Amino acid sequence: LLGRASLLVSAALKEGRVAPTELCQRCLSLIKSTKFLNAYITVAEETALKQAEESEKRYKRGQPLGVLDGIPIAVKDNFNTAGIETTCASNMLKGYISPYNATVVQKLLDQGAVLLGKTNLDEFAMGSGSTDGVFGPVRNPWSYSRQYKEKSVPKSHSEDKDSNWVITGGSSGGSAAAVSSFTCFAALGSDTGGSTRNPAAHCGVVGLKPTYGLISRHGLIPLVNSMDVPGILTRCVDDAAVVLGSLAGHDPKDSTTIQDNFKPFELSDLTDVSKLSIGIPKEYHAPGLSSEILALWSKAADLFKNAGAKVIEVSLPHTRYSIVCYHVLCTAEVASNMARFDGLEYGHRSDMNKSTESMYAATRREGFNDVVRGRILSGNYFLLKQNYENYFIKAQKVRRLIANDFVKVFGSGVDILLTPTTLSDAIPYMEFIKEDNRTRSAQDDILTQAANMAGLPAINVPTALSERGLPVGLQFIGRSFQEKQLLTVAKWFEKQVKFPMIQLDEVKRHDHGVFQHQKSASFLEHRT
Amino acid sequence: MLNCYLKGQQEHERPEFIPYAHLRIRTKQKVTVEVLDHLEHLALVDFRDSEGVERLQKAIQFADQLHEVNTDGVEPMDSVLEDRCLYLREDDVTEGNCTEELLKNAREKVEEYFVAPPGNIPLPKLEERETFLKGS
Repeated sequence: LLGRASLLVSAALKEGRVAPTELCQRCLSLIKSTKFLNAYITVAEETALKQAEESEKRYKRGQPLGVLDGIPIAVKDNFNTAGIETTCASNMLKGYISPYNATVVQKLLDQGAVLLGKTNLDEFAMGSGSTDGVFGPVRNPWSYSRQYKEKSVPKSHSEDKDSNWVITGGSSGGSAAAVSSFTCFAALGSDTGGSTRNPAAHCGVVGLKPTYGLISRHGLIPLVNSMDVPGILTRCVDDAAVVLGSLAGHDPKDSTTIQDNFKPFELSDLTDVSKLSIGIPKEYHAPGLSSEILALWSKAADLFKNAGAKVIEVSLPHTRYSIVCYHVLCTAEVASNMARFDGLEYGHRSDMNKSTESMYAATRREGFNDVVRGRILSGNYFLLKQNYENYFIKAQKVRRLIANDFVKVFGSGVDILLTPTTLSDAIPYMEFIKEDNRTRSAQDDILTQAANMAGLPAINVPTALSERGLPVGLQFIGRSFQEKQLLTVAKWFEKQVKFPMIQLDEVKRHDHGVFQHQKSASFLEHRT
Repeated sequence: MLNCYLKGQQEHERPEFIPYAHLRIRTKQKVTVEVLDHLEHLALVDFRDSEGVERLQKAIQFADQLHEVNTDGVEPMDSVLEDRCLYLREDDVTEGNCTEELLKNAREKVEEYFVAPPGNIPLPKLEERETFLKGS
């Protein structure tokens, strides 16, 4: 039951085959038994059950609010949620209870979704491993899957069985792990440099980064105002389309959302790909790309070609600079955005009382970790008068070059770009921490970052398992505001590759529902 | 696509571009203590130890790669939505009266005020402060 796509569970809720409270209870108990994953920072058990009860009443009256009514969801902990602690995995906001809901959270609640809790992340969403938050790292559910365990070389008995676990990727690792381990049907993440797509690839789930300006950022604690977007993590592309439908649209509280009318859409099955033109950007064959993923990318391109689509190699010449550009722009905007944390109105406050400035300095010293402080200081350096022109303005100019690369390629008739999402499958935590956060981010964001620079929509579709039994995903990048086309192609691709379901013992024990025997069937069966 | 496929066939793949390390432009001078001190003042965040300073040095070195790109005649880009008119709403009060709620999150308050320690006192100078930079 828990493995089903939300559309089909919704049908079950409507027909009374399962009750929202039962669904909620199952998810909550699964969260408890998968606690070792550390995917959740806060589990809002009481409010979730209350919401489920309300949903049940609505279903009994035959008046559900929509497809999402009663569906358990999780939200990354950098979205404000009224009455529920919002920490951003930082000491600075520990104990902070927001007085308002982020617009996206409000929209989901208005549709009747059941908010299970807040998920873990890198501190203030800075990182690519979900390892640097104050609540500890998130473990990839696939580390405990039968598929991974079968492929692991058995080590000596004395070694802790647990030390081999792999990272989720980041920074929305908690959300990805929550969706991947069946504790919720959909989760919200945020995407600034690949923070939704990267963990989606490592955890074998669908990660959608919408076009900048489509979904409201009001209530999302900002990292880089010109690149942040709320991200959507689900187990299949259809679900992503459903969630997108309920979130997209103009928000008067966020002036960077466009005013065009957004019409929620249902994805149709693509039968004829011959009119499609797929672009393969050669620069995405980046240093460090594993041969496995390269082969997979190649196979995917062939898949499209054999189905009749036009597959051509294209060039995005400034790709290699996108990481450097991001580094400068990100640290500069971070320096500005983090200035609000001074302990005066909310968050952690130091006991230092000598002067306002010394109180601010002490508060920030105590509240932020190394990564955040490092970025603030770098950002301030690039914004110094003597450096402004050479670094900040220069980076903005390079940003335009990067965005123009995409405009040129899409203008030449290419509909969708196909690229890898990550350089390799998930690596063990012990290996990941050997390098510092900045190096890792620079390495891991390389394939996902440019889409944020240009504000384009992009989606990770889980494609296959690597030799180590871990998920590998491929990325599709579409034109601005053309999510319908992007998702249609992604759905077609998803159907072709038939990515295997994760085999987790914890889930098997819990899920003795009606749909157990149908678990291996394709998600895309049509309801009669 | 043949390109990519053929590359995959070769024993030693040559990726499309050379890794950063070979192209890194070395920063001529290290950042001075004055600038570091200035940054600590501006950011109200401290470097804490030599690792923090190293981090900044590396960040600058990394960012220097931008100078390889020719940006003559290119306008800086602030936002990807620059071609559109952004929304401005009417200047009408639509919400408010939530003083109590907002004050809940502050630690030090008196009646309806946030309480701050005395202002207009600059941070002590480098020599008088407790900072790692004193030793450099």
